[in-house]
Amino acid sequence: MRTFYGTDLPNPLMLGTAQYPSPAILEQAFRESGAGVATVSLRREGAGGAGQTFWQMISDLNVLILPNTAGCHTVKEAVTTAHMAREVFGTDWIKLELIGHTDSLQPDVFQLVEAARILTDDGFQVFPYTTDDLIVGERLLEAGCEVLMPWGAPIGSGRGLNNEYALRAMRAEFPDTPLVVDAGIGLPSHAAHAMELGYDAVLLNTAVARAGEPATMARAMKLAIEAGQLAHQADPIEARDMAEASTPVIGKAFLT
Amino acid sequence: MTLFSIIGAGVAGLAVASELVSRGVKVQVFDPGGSPGAHGCSWWAGGMLAPWCEYENAEEPVLRLGQQAIDWWADRTPVKRCGTLVVASGRDLPDLRRFARRTEGFDKVERAKIAELEPDLAAYGKGLFFPEEAHLDPRKALQDLYRGLQEQGVDFHKKLAPAQLKNAIDCRGLHAREILHDLRGVKGEMLVVRCPDVSLTRPVRLLHPRMPLYIVPRGDGVYMLGATMIESEESSRITARSMLELLSAAYALNPAFGEAEVLEIGVDLRPAFPDNLPRIRRLGHTIYANGLFRHGYLLAPALARGVADLALENTHSEMVDEDRA
Repeated sequence: MRTFYGTDLPNPLMLGTAQYPSPAILEQAFRESGAGVATVSLRREGAGGAGQTFWQMISDLNVLILPNTAGCHTVKEAVTTAHMAREVFGTDWIKLELIGHTDSLQPDVFQLVEAARILTDDGFQVFPYTTDDLIVGERLLEAGCEVLMPWGAPIGSGRGLNNEYALRAMRAEFPDTPLVVDAGIGLPSHAAHAMELGYDAVLLNTAVARAGEPATMARAMKLAIEAGQLAHQADPIEARDMAEASTPVIGKAFLT
Repeated sequence: MTLFSIIGAGVAGLAVASELVSRGVKVQVFDPGGSPGAHGCSWWAGGMLAPWCEYENAEEPVLRLGQQAIDWWADRTPVKRCGTLVVASGRDLPDLRRFARRTEGFDKVERAKIAELEPDLAAYGKGLFFPEEAHLDPRKALQDLYRGLQEQGVDFHKKLAPAQLKNAIDCRGLHAREILHDLRGVKGEMLVVRCPDVSLTRPVRLLHPRMPLYIVPRGDGVYMLGATMIESEESSRITARSMLELLSAAYALNPAFGEAEVLEIGVDLRPAFPDNLPRIRRLGHTIYANGLFRHGYLLAPALARGVADLALENTHSEMVDEDRA
């Protein structure tokens, strides 16, 4: 099994902590999802440690914490936020998010590589939110990243895996690197799809937090991810164009 | 006759005082801030009485208990009953569909009806109209309660409440967190603008996945724009980003807001429990009423009734979660 900077994930779901109707519902969703990792945003809540109460609630979930740099648009902002996150949560893990486009929230991959290099040199263990571009992936690994997190679709769009071909290519290109589909998941079937492709984990937030019943959706995601993971391990059949009967047809009696 | 001492003269404290007085009880109120003002977070509220809309992102009691609020307030302060209009731009129509699925009590409205309700929003093709909802001016509401109570002989003490008060009702919001350890603050930022070029007669909500906005008309071309909701406990810093988002949303709603005069910007912390629902707790000689979150005006009447039921009749309403008298 591929490890995340030497850590085995308790299970392959990373769940975000934003946008829930209340902290109580967030906690229920985590319980139902069995998620092993919680992502937490610091940028907006951060100043002067004013988000302490909420962060304490996240810490009390007893899952691994993956702070993120959500909302950062420049290398400088992202690096500052990462340092703050390390101080607040006492972890070297950082989900590096550098937004390049206002409407699609597409990552700015050029700044992403630069920030990844700076943070790795500072001792961070960087989880970069990236596109499905292979060359960018390579550059991120060269910069010191040991995990890649390509998007399935734009953040919060719930569109599922927009480009299955590219995600397959990425899996094939980086067989030893832990890969996480991050963003774009709307339905459990999307999450299962990512796991069927051989991805190591799925990171999602809006699909659960903004569902009418977050805790119920969290459980659905958990089941789907487990199903997708099992399916991948089971070596699924290849799709083909023509029917292949599961029982022989020769020698059967004809009924007229 | 028992004298009840209410600590805190925000919307919770004044509503509890008003409810108790209406049931013939004698009360006094302590608040070092004096009369209603910028020191209390209810000063910065929107004043929407919108239980049907709020249900989109709140638990069921908000919908049910919130419906009591409109008549309760109408007995005490002017309430405008002209509904709420919810709109979304073309590319955010999924959010409008979601809002419709998560709420009730609305009519689906199209361009012609939107233009009839709010001519300045005629550019919007689809929306939801919640006809039963209402709004009030929160500052006037606080002042009306305050004056009404004074006229009925209630003493207001501009100082901290003495320790060991009997029959105390603590409505201090976030200041009570040294006792109520599960209380937290949720930051909200707002602004008030004057924009005579835009004419809106009812609260309007513009849906957006990241920057939802509501606008509440205060009359004379004045509008309250709100409000951010951030899990942060800094009560004094208004960020450029928040103002940018609120104003961008207003500008998107109607570009005439670009010429609005900014009258005021405000920030404070909403007191909230983990499920964002209010609580009544009796601990020793004190009843604590707190956690109104973003539903100060919407749920204060139900909270006040719950406190009065507990204090006077020993009846435990659903908001009472602890009684260690």
